[in-house]
Amino acid sequence: MTTVDTTPKPRRNVELVLLVLALAVGIGANALVGVDREKAFDSDFWFQSSLLAAAALAFHVVLRIRAKYADPVILPIVVALNGLGLAMIHRLDRVGEDTGNNQLRWTLIAMAVAIAVIWFLRDHRVLRRFTYISLAVSAVLLILPLVPGISAGEILGARVWIRIGSMTFQPGEVAKITLAIFFAGYLSSNRDLILLAGRKIGPLQFPRFKDLGPMITAWLVSIGVLIFQRDLGSSILFFGLFLVMIYVATSRISWVIIGVALIIVGGFVASRVFSHVGLRIDGWINAFTPEVYGREFGGSLQIVEGLFGMASGGLVGTGLGQGRPNLVPFANSDMIIASFGEELGLIGLFAIVLMYLLLFTRGFRAALGTRDAFGKLLACGLSFAIALQCFVVIGGVTRLIPLTGLTTPFLAAGGSSLLANWIIVGLLLMISHAARSPVDTTPLAPGQVPDTKKGGPVMPSRPAAAPGNGRTGPDAPTEAVKQL
Amino acid sequence: MSELTITALRFGFLILLWVLIFSIVAAMSRDLMVGRKAAAGAPTARQVRKNPALAEPAPAPVKQQARQLLVTEGPLKGTTIALAASPILLGRAQEATLVLEDDYASGRHARLFPQGSRWFIEDLGSTNGTYLADQQLTRALPVELGVPVRIGKTVIELRP
Repeated sequence: MTTVDTTPKPRRNVELVLLVLALAVGIGANALVGVDREKAFDSDFWFQSSLLAAAALAFHVVLRIRAKYADPVILPIVVALNGLGLAMIHRLDRVGEDTGNNQLRWTLIAMAVAIAVIWFLRDHRVLRRFTYISLAVSAVLLILPLVPGISAGEILGARVWIRIGSMTFQPGEVAKITLAIFFAGYLSSNRDLILLAGRKIGPLQFPRFKDLGPMITAWLVSIGVLIFQRDLGSSILFFGLFLVMIYVATSRISWVIIGVALIIVGGFVASRVFSHVGLRIDGWINAFTPEVYGREFGGSLQIVEGLFGMASGGLVGTGLGQGRPNLVPFANSDMIIASFGEELGLIGLFAIVLMYLLLFTRGFRAALGTRDAFGKLLACGLSFAIALQCFVVIGGVTRLIPLTGLTTPFLAAGGSSLLANWIIVGLLLMISHAARSPVDTTPLAPGQVPDTKKGGPVMPSRPAAAPGNGRTGPDAPTEAVKQL
Repeated sequence: MSELTITALRFGFLILLWVLIFSIVAAMSRDLMVGRKAAAGAPTARQVRKNPALAEPAPAPVKQQARQLLVTEGPLKGTTIALAASPILLGRAQEATLVLEDDYASGRHARLFPQGSRWFIEDLGSTNGTYLADQQLTRALPVELGVPVRIGKTVIELRP
């Protein structure tokens, strides 16, 4: 019954070719950063390049085995971004600093975790069973930095880190994944209720409070904890995630209007109530005023130095290793985009932004292709989280919006962010595998009873819904879909 | 290292970055052309070599008299679906070919598939059962033209 047009191709060889190109970009960048100094081909370079290449190829082999039909361009894009980040962090290391190798360690850990996710999870629909558990996990993760004993205290004005041994970790980064899982699971089973039940006020339809209770709780937990943690960036990220997922699930524009109104009101209140928010907005609007520039706390020195750096880079950049991006505070984490702007110029920066855009479109392509509502919502939410994070960071660095403390996905130095984003990539790859793999539509042999009642080895399917007995998800996975 | 080499490397790297981007876009554009390929039809020599089953185009189901499926009763009354060579899934599930908005239908209720020159209906373990001409299905049975198949409140028929 197979026809030519519907035969899906694994396209793993395309991925291999692109992966080699991506590694050439990452390793080439690492070679260039010190080409005119002795640093060029030091032991660090060989160590980092070979490990990055080995890990990327291992990931590729795992995809060949476990997720044959996964999207072929996601992995190369991410490896290229990660390689560029490693090179820049290595380049910004002063003598005696070891951020580059630390970043490499975290890259390897993160890739190993993403591989483990693909290897052991196998099917993203399993996650749907953990809808409410992920809500609880998100709440715990967000509260952890406030718990005395584990909390790493206030670092740079925000309480978002916890301390495990000698390492610090930002649990909020992982919370964005668990929150996306919760939103996807909850909305995919309660979508119809939210859509249909409720009263209409004017042109807007409001759902019943009962149906929206868990969503409001999730939102309050994330926003409430973030007020106490003083982390503006994450609060924008969570709120944006919440809005987009509910909009995607219900396709009601009223949500977006309400959400944007809430953001404007909330932003105004926050800028009056919290001094750090007010200072950030002041440092954004009046960045070039001398007193704001020179202010010790919440000054605009960082933004303005970044802008100067990018200006000196111009169209084609100073060349990797030729600029002075280390004049900017936090050049390897918050401001890494400014470092790239200076050394690769506008042309290089656009290439990086385009890579994020392509990654985002592939995430949405997976969402369009996959056949279950949960997978659709999850892929949308996760890829939107990456896109919004890019917008908030790059917008902040280029002074389009106030600078907030979010990390640039895959580029910036920071282990928790790398870990969380690689897990997102693992999940997106798995969803795209489900979206692109062929569905078995061959007829069953006459007399063969399809065992929809028995649990499958991976994903026990539910018995068919009885009428009036609530809704078993309309997309409950079944055996025919599973026979890949 | 000379100034010239460094400048060459600098521009070389920017070119490499964009080569990567254009290769990615090229790889994606093939993904977007799936529909056009379907119109083109015949498998290429390469596809035939890889998958001998494609060598001869699957014999067109010439003997199938049933050309379409018509919903004669129920909320979707009047809906028709053109029958091709592929099986049809009936049920409330979103992945079903005919998504029944029927409270008495199961998620994956029944399956209609061609074999030889006939179409067969098979119940997929539904809660309320599938009826072929008022007989509850216990196994896959052939469906003749014009014989009503009842699923919940929905009745479908095959039409030429």
